[in-house]
Amino acid sequence: MSEFWRESALVMGKDLRIEMRSRVAMQQIAAFGTIVLLLFAFALDPSRGLLPRVAPGLFWVTVLLSALLAISRAFTVETENGALDGLRLAGIDAAAVFLGKAAAIAVQLLALEVVLAFGVFLLYDVSVVGLIALIPAAVAATAGIAAAGTVYGALAGGLRQRETLIPLLLLPVLAPVMIGGTRAFETALDGTTSQAWPWVQLLAVFAVLYVTMGVLTFGSLLEDS
Amino acid sequence: MRKVPWFGGAVVAALGVTAVMALVVAPPDVNQGDAQRLLYLHVPSAWVAYLAFGVTAIASILYLLPRTRSITWDLLAGASAEVGVLFTGLCLAVGSIWAKPIWGAWWAWDARLTTTAILFFLYLGYLTLRRAGGSPDQRAKRSAIAALVAFVDVPVVHFSVNWFTTLHQQGTVFNNKMHVEIHGSMATTLLISVAAFTLLYAYLVVRRMSLLELEEGLEEREIAQAIAERLAQEGVDAHAGIQMETV
Repeated sequence: MSEFWRESALVMGKDLRIEMRSRVAMQQIAAFGTIVLLLFAFALDPSRGLLPRVAPGLFWVTVLLSALLAISRAFTVETENGALDGLRLAGIDAAAVFLGKAAAIAVQLLALEVVLAFGVFLLYDVSVVGLIALIPAAVAATAGIAAAGTVYGALAGGLRQRETLIPLLLLPVLAPVMIGGTRAFETALDGTTSQAWPWVQLLAVFAVLYVTMGVLTFGSLLEDS
Repeated sequence: MRKVPWFGGAVVAALGVTAVMALVVAPPDVNQGDAQRLLYLHVPSAWVAYLAFGVTAIASILYLLPRTRSITWDLLAGASAEVGVLFTGLCLAVGSIWAKPIWGAWWAWDARLTTTAILFFLYLGYLTLRRAGGSPDQRAKRSAIAALVAFVDVPVVHFSVNWFTTLHQQGTVFNNKMHVEIHGSMATTLLISVAAFTLLYAYLVVRRMSLLELEEGLEEREIAQAIAERLAQEGVDAHAGIQMETV
């Protein structure tokens, strides 16, 4: 079993090392997310005080859009130079590949969320309260996005139309994360932290469900593409 | 797949009876008037949509199990999902047209409506994935997994949307759920309509499956023909080469 976790960590380390050297997520995707935050402010007339009220929803929409880019990127990396064949030939357990890739995406998304949260704090005039609920909600939502994203990324990853397919496949699936994340953040920022917990639980259930799906199906998905 | 000439006729007849029942025999609703007749389109469409996605999920499982693996299950899953998306769209469209005069809006953020809209896009994505290329085996496996992942998502979506609409905003138009006590010729009409739509579903799936089979056959024939032409061409070239040498 320890071998399994070591393999997962290897795959995760590989993806994070690629990111450390290319800095696509931290430079391009974070910049993209911040621009989206600015665009929302233009669309919603910042002077009327609407932004603080809708900030949780806007934050999660921005995270989802950025996540699409990060997930596409995670599988573009594998299509170049026959990298996926290398991964298969390395004899690593498919479930370990899944966990490793999902964990790498989750780590990048969490870093991205810190940047975006700072942006929301600065630009939308949101005062941060209820961190005790905000952080678990963000972690659970991110785990769900990363797990579902890795399953669908692998489904569409080997296909030529993946750039357009991944958003179409993934966004409806992530609707519960969008709803749960937004409501958890709203209630936490309102100061009614106790009402945030059911939503955090929903996010956790979603994450567990998709991690299980990924562990079960990734073997056939890797074989296939 | 064998042709069933009476099947199409039976479907047309059933739909004809439904139309007569819904438009002539069933009385207009006391509160809603003639608008309520849309029920006879709306409810059967929703039923067929759920039936179709259920069939897709079962067929996908049967494809994934090694013992029952057959490309027919994949074709059934694909055909059923196509019909399902069609009827989900129909259900949403008819619902909207019905909602406008009764609720005063085309759309309400009710749990069921929202879930159905997400369901529509979930399976639209599935259909797009099916068309994304690859060998039939690759496509079958990929789409079977996608169908199952989507199917598992449906209850989560339903649950979260339900929560979202009840905790977040109480519907202003939707508060008093119209519990239409349905009986008499209205109930009979609805029953006939559901039966007719189920028949239509079966017919469309059967036709779509045979079309998919033909498409696959066509592809194989085209490949075989291309290979044959290429071989013939090579034969000519080789022959010409020999002639050149002898000259």
